Amino acid sequence: MATSDAPTEYERVDTATLDSPMRPVEVKRSILGTMWYIMRKYPVLPGTVLVILVIASIIGPSVAPYQRDIGPVGDRHLGVFRYSELPAEKQDAPRYSLWPAGFHLLGSDHIGRDVFTRVLHGARISMQVVLVSLVLGMFIGVSLGVVSGYYGGIIDEVITRIVDIWYAMPFLMVALIVVLIFGRGLTVLLFVLALISWTAFVRVIRAQIMVLKQLDYISAARVNGASDFRIMFKHLVPGILNTAIVVGTLSTSGLILAESVLSFVGAGIQPPTPAWGVMTNEGRDYLTIAPHQVLVPSTAIFLVVVSLNFLGDWLRDRLDPILRQID
Amino acid sequence: MANFLARRFFSSVISVIGATLAIFTLIQFHSDPRELFVPDSGWGISQEQWDKLGERLGLNEPLWKQYTTWIGRTLRGDLGISLARDRAVVDLIKGKIGATIQLAVGGWIFAVLLGVPMGVLAAVKRGTFWDYFARSLAIVGQAAPPFVTALVAIWIFAVILGWFPAGGRSPDFNWKEYVLPCMALGWGAAAALMRLTRSSMLEVLDSEYIRLARAKGVGWNWVIYKHALRNALIAPVTSALLVFSGWLNGALVVEIVFAWPGIGYDALFRAVNDNDFPLLLGTVFIFILIYLVFATLADIAYTLIDPRVRISGTKA
Repeated sequence: MATSDAPTEYERVDTATLDSPMRPVEVKRSILGTMWYIMRKYPVLPGTVLVILVIASIIGPSVAPYQRDIGPVGDRHLGVFRYSELPAEKQDAPRYSLWPAGFHLLGSDHIGRDVFTRVLHGARISMQVVLVSLVLGMFIGVSLGVVSGYYGGIIDEVITRIVDIWYAMPFLMVALIVVLIFGRGLTVLLFVLALISWTAFVRVIRAQIMVLKQLDYISAARVNGASDFRIMFKHLVPGILNTAIVVGTLSTSGLILAESVLSFVGAGIQPPTPAWGVMTNEGRDYLTIAPHQVLVPSTAIFLVVVSLNFLGDWLRDRLDPILRQID
Repeated sequence: MANFLARRFFSSVISVIGATLAIFTLIQFHSDPRELFVPDSGWGISQEQWDKLGERLGLNEPLWKQYTTWIGRTLRGDLGISLARDRAVVDLIKGKIGATIQLAVGGWIFAVLLGVPMGVLAAVKRGTFWDYFARSLAIVGQAAPPFVTALVAIWIFAVILGWFPAGGRSPDFNWKEYVLPCMALGWGAAAALMRLTRSSMLEVLDSEYIRLARAKGVGWNWVIYKHALRNALIAPVTSALLVFSGWLNGALVVEIVFAWPGIGYDALFRAVNDNDFPLLLGTVFIFILIYLVFATLADIAYTLIDPRVRISGTKA
């Protein structure tokens, strides 16, 4: 195969004009080239998707054109970009007059509810669930990681062992058992997702703390009479905050996946609340006649998770290149 | 090696005990399993019968005793009797696990056949169309939850093209029924394997001995297949083993979507719903056992394939 022998392309530089060998090479780009360069350097597309998600989750439910849980059954399974076929008085009226009457941007579902409206509501639910459980999991994980790395010895051994056992448990199984024992509800779901997310923090942060605590400024703090608590949370935590943010971003996509899987299985958000997993599950019986009912929420999950993965990778390379080796 | 195995065995035992104990404790928070026997209509159940049932199920004993009894029976290969279906748990699991194993093997073959060659191709032709193609496949595979992959597969191959059935598993073997579930199950793993193969292949291709081989005049194809691939496959092989056990998660969702009568759906899911605690404990026990066996196998395979690796705890 000859392709690999091909010499790498170098920029053509007139060496005579260089005043220092270290001078950066100036690259000339066309407008399209610049756009491509920016897109590769910064997560523009993932950022856009996530900004849309955040905006949708904040104002989406209030600007959504139709009602969330009620729709005219006569309008069921309308395709994407379709107008209602019912006589005007039987249609569900849009919530504001700017919206074309009877127009369903992303179609309607099996009981005539507007899919676009429900996807907007679903964005808020996803964001709520993930943010709360992430903060909860981050708090537990970071605290345990710091304590484990700082004290070492028997405390470290116990915490590490618990994390190991936790890894051996299939998460869906644990989640199902917890949810079905404590009942289906938002609080239980948040609790379960927090239980899933905390372990990722412990290992990474424990390893970092073990390095950090050897440094001189920690000894200095101790000589000055700082308590263990003060050293851990005043002096050590700022040092691992970047890592925590990166791990948090990387595990957000996992949490969204977990939430959608649980909702799909029936152990998470309960219908009629339109979490994307619930919407997919409701639509799967109608795959032959109304595939958009499955494809729209699936695409929403997929786009958000892809974007979060990209953003997480980018943040990791930016804030914490060492983590790259752990992955 | 013996030292490592001993340590591994010891920590596995602790994991199994910890996990089953956790489940055992959790179950206590749920309603009394005796309520399963109370008929929905009529006069209910008399106090006398209630106590008798408790005695039969061993519910009158203190908790720690119930647990140790369970452990003792499990060690003798008896996982108890399912409450909801009045059959031995071992038999129930034996009857269901076959379908899950078939599904997992099929998905595994799909993942390895797609993931490894794609990873090698992407690394060898780095920066070309094939590299980007393989990487976009990997991104799609990692971001789509199993039920989305499954439903999209059904939509394309069963609804639009009509090539394969949309679900179910008939008693007689029909290969067409296996295609979609195995694809849906293996897709995510294929993506992970691809990424792993690509990065480890790139690392190897960049190493000194590959350059030496090239400098000696060894042909490029020969270098790839004889020198690089063997070393690059270490990481994917071990992770492919772990993938298997990870499917206890994904298999449940795929089994639900495809109405596949496997252990995830027919044993675990229903045991949780019925509050059938012997079946639940038995399934959890089997799941964790499978995971630990495969994790240990992966570690052993790692040392066997790559003599440079020294497991921590063994003296080099």
